[in-house]
Amino acid sequence: MAAPPARLNIYDAVAANRWRTVALIVVFTGILTALGYVVGEVFAPGGGIAVVPLALGFSGLSATASYFAGDKLVLAQSQARELAPGEEPQLRNIVETLSIGLGITPPRIYLIDDTAPNAFATGRDPKHASIVVTRGLLDKLDRTELEGVIAHELSHVVNRDIRVMLLVTVLVGTVALLSDWMLRSFAWGGGARRGRDRSGGGIILIVAIVLAILTPIVAALIQLAVSRQREYLADASGALLTRYPPGLANALRKIAADTEALEVANKATASLYIANPLKDAPRALDGLFDTHPPIAERIRRLEAM
Amino acid sequence: MEILIPLIVIALIVVFVIGLYNRLVTLRQRVREAWSDIDVQLKRRWDLIPNLVSTVKGYAAHESQTFDRVTQARSAAMAAAQSGSPEQRAQAENALGAALLNLRAVAEAYPQLQAVQEFKDLSENLTATEDKIAFARRFYNGNVRDYNTALQTVPTNLIAGMFGFTSEQYFEMADPTQREVPKVSFS
Repeated sequence: MAAPPARLNIYDAVAANRWRTVALIVVFTGILTALGYVVGEVFAPGGGIAVVPLALGFSGLSATASYFAGDKLVLAQSQARELAPGEEPQLRNIVETLSIGLGITPPRIYLIDDTAPNAFATGRDPKHASIVVTRGLLDKLDRTELEGVIAHELSHVVNRDIRVMLLVTVLVGTVALLSDWMLRSFAWGGGARRGRDRSGGGIILIVAIVLAILTPIVAALIQLAVSRQREYLADASGALLTRYPPGLANALRKIAADTEALEVANKATASLYIANPLKDAPRALDGLFDTHPPIAERIRRLEAM
Repeated sequence: MEILIPLIVIALIVVFVIGLYNRLVTLRQRVREAWSDIDVQLKRRWDLIPNLVSTVKGYAAHESQTFDRVTQARSAAMAAAQSGSPEQRAQAENALGAALLNLRAVAEAYPQLQAVQEFKDLSENLTATEDKIAFARRFYNGNVRDYNTALQTVPTNLIAGMFGFTSEQYFEMADPTQREVPKVSFS
């Protein structure tokens, strides 16, 4: 099958991603405000409303922070360092050449010193983007394969996927952190109170309800962000850019065959990578939290082009 | 009330025309920006040539015909950039690409030269620059296609006619590697 007209799809993807960004921030603000209200009600009945402006302020602040500085956070957490000028000239040439083909400023290039082959892109738009590759990727892939991977990542940059993925990573991380923290403070607060009255059971019930509501929403957010369609589109536009689909197909095959886990990746950042860096055993909930389409299917589609 | 309706209609039409006009300007601007991408890379290639020629000369001094051809093609390309149309310029750059390919084919015959780090660097640099020219050209042609399509399709064609937008030329460049088999002379 021929590749779809990628130019058109890129413009569609950009528009869709603009909406996703707005939706994400709204949902995130809603979750935090609801959480704040519940916490307020639990600790001081009738005081929930007072927490709402606080929660709104906090979520606004963290959304802004992750929009402008989330990439720095992700890069720091992944222990990536920026390449010095003249370092890895082949990689730099590939990034520059493909960027010219897309008409964007070449993104900054970062390296993770890890032998597991993987790569991701982050940032908020093509002018503020970074491409990260591991040492293992440079060592294990040849030039055409590396071109395929970089073209895939640059497609994410041009489509503004990086912005949505970054917001998800940071915001979902924040929600997870907060609910974790809430759970602990409930357990502690509830435990202290249980001695005096019998409201402990009620609190735990509320926590259970909140978590029950929260978890599927978070899952839905992740799904929203890492739809399989997005990876297929990036594969297709990447192949259109290099005019050589086997390059990316071979690269994916090599990355999939590698069994080493990337140590600096975690649950939150895993969805950013070109292929799942955790290499964890499949679990019951994986269908829900699947961050990547199956590699075999991606390779099949690339080879059919 | 009745007076307002025609006014609103006129206002809507004006807004519509402004939108179309701005779209054409944006598309034309993209073509020009893309052109400067090609320009930068073509100039970078010119800049690489003197060093490349002098490095090869050090090991293959008697291949003067090859060197002359490259040098002449470079001057011609630079002259075409000053005064020629995109078409003439593409032709001149094509000739330069072919001359360079010939130079590299000649250099292949000198194993000592192949081992020199400076030559390796220049060679890698030249390959990278030619890749960039190819990609810049593709991006430029894509933008020209979008702009020219807008000029020919309804309703932008009406606006284009009214405000004198003219179509842009594609930058056609033969891939030097497919263009000809290099003639290597050992005379």
